[in-house]
Amino acid sequence: MKVIIIDDEPLARSMVKEYLQHYPQFELVQECNDGFEGVKAIQQHQPGLIFLDIQMPKINGFEMLELIDNPPAVIFTTAFEEYAIKAFETHAVDYLLKPFSKERFDKAIQKFLQQQKAPQPQTQAVLETAALSPVQAGRIVLKDGSKIKIIPVAHIQYLEAADDYVKIITAGGSFLKKKTMQYFEQTLPQEQFIRTHRSYIINVQLITRIDAYEKDSHLVLLNTGVKLPVSKQGYAKLKAVLGL
Amino acid sequence: MLQQKTSDKKFFLPFSIWWLVWIAVHYSVLLNFGLPTLQSITDSLVSNILLAAFCLLVGNNMRYYLPQREKYWYVLMISFAISTLWLILIRVLLWFIFKKDILYTHMLETSSTVRFSIAFLLVGCMAVMSMLWYSQKEQQEINERKTDTERLSREAELFKLRQQLQPHFLFNSLNSISALAGSHPEKARHMIQQLSDFLRGTLKKNEQHWNTLGEEMQYLQLYLDIEKVRFGHRLQTHIEHDEISIQMKIPSMLLQPVVENAIKFGLYDTVEEVCISITAKSENNYLKVTVQNPFDAETSQPFHGTGFGLASINRRLYLLFARNDLLQTKTVENNFITSISIPQIQ
Repeated sequence: MKVIIIDDEPLARSMVKEYLQHYPQFELVQECNDGFEGVKAIQQHQPGLIFLDIQMPKINGFEMLELIDNPPAVIFTTAFEEYAIKAFETHAVDYLLKPFSKERFDKAIQKFLQQQKAPQPQTQAVLETAALSPVQAGRIVLKDGSKIKIIPVAHIQYLEAADDYVKIITAGGSFLKKKTMQYFEQTLPQEQFIRTHRSYIINVQLITRIDAYEKDSHLVLLNTGVKLPVSKQGYAKLKAVLGL
Repeated sequence: MLQQKTSDKKFFLPFSIWWLVWIAVHYSVLLNFGLPTLQSITDSLVSNILLAAFCLLVGNNMRYYLPQREKYWYVLMISFAISTLWLILIRVLLWFIFKKDILYTHMLETSSTVRFSIAFLLVGCMAVMSMLWYSQKEQQEINERKTDTERLSREAELFKLRQQLQPHFLFNSLNSISALAGSHPEKARHMIQQLSDFLRGTLKKNEQHWNTLGEEMQYLQLYLDIEKVRFGHRLQTHIEHDEISIQMKIPSMLLQPVVENAIKFGLYDTVEEVCISITAKSENNYLKVTVQNPFDAETSQPFHGTGFGLASINRRLYLLFARNDLLQTKTVENNFITSISIPQIQ
């Protein structure tokens, strides 16, 4: 079975590598220094198991998992105790706290081998729950074609519903992310992003004007020149946030 | 509130009983002097109820105003003033009630000295007692406040210690040692040495203390060396200082968070090779230290959110020198530059 190690510290990788040598059935195909390399390597090799650090440059382990369509089984290796609960929500096989012993590592491998026999956890569920972090981190990580794009939350102008996707509009262009409007409504900073309409979430800092439109509805004008509809409930929320 | 009520209750019962007894004594004394029952009872009631009211007034007064100096003069003066006022009042009142009874009004005039003395003693007693009671209460409150502040500062100290120890840095370093122990035991031993020296330094550091720049640099070097082991060749450091600056003084632990910040944005959040440089020079009786690190302007914003480290340095500099212009930051082409100027106090 193919295995990939993703960790930004070379010595941490060599530790896992050393422990892995006792298991000839695992073939270490690549070591990655960060999440970008990780995404590429996973797509290329389609490994059965990855060892994943959480705190890494640019995109963390959770964000990296989000970018992969069919994530492999994951064993997290990290010094951060506080991510354990979230890691298990992603249906991770195990969570190794650095530094870990050979015995603890063996236990994780046993757990993985046992799960191999049992049915696989649902990858879709993995994606939904793993996703809670990026917005909290003040950024959204997504794939734009073959490139990985990191969008700081402050750069978002507004969001628009687009079937199964949400369109994220920024000054640098618009991007699609496979998520629900409800997800963004709940996770973006509530005082800055308001769901003003079934199909729109607006960055209130960009609003220059609010006009009455038809009966019970309004139009907002953003400083980018875009006009967006506001529903009756959306208008009430706007009034509350802007203190009108 | 509840405590106030119970202490009031504890006070009022004995207070009332005392005055009832005192009214009875006063009454029987007047009877013994041959006064009629009506006169005796009225005199006793009017005098003592009024006196009790004055005593309450004095006690209540102490609750809001406790004399800090010359307490005993205050007690004497207030007792004298209150007793005089009381004497005048009862003489006017009782004379008005019984002005036709010549025997009684005569007794009223001749007994003034006795009445005044008793009133003076009672009011004085009340004043002293309530002064003691409220001082004790005040002392109790001061003690409670003191233990509260002490507890808070202890907690803050613990928090600071935890921050200084940086658990993630510590555990990741231990993980590196664990990895080295298998393949390069000599290097593992060396890193244990470095980590121990670093931790010892952290525990020993006292923020009130001033060190020479040389001492602080040694400590920072240790920190950077450990990070170099963790991240391999990805981290380069460049340290430069002139000969005078190395002897100049700097508050202990002031540079540490600046360098930590540089590592956080320069190393933890970049994927390329990075160089972190620290330069120190002397300039018009100021020690000027500049820390430079690369950062990615697109994805990280060293100014907000995580700028806590820098904010606390600014706060410390303000507390030390009462100036807000000693810490400066700027960005030059993907490089984040932090400069600190430290006035040299002779």
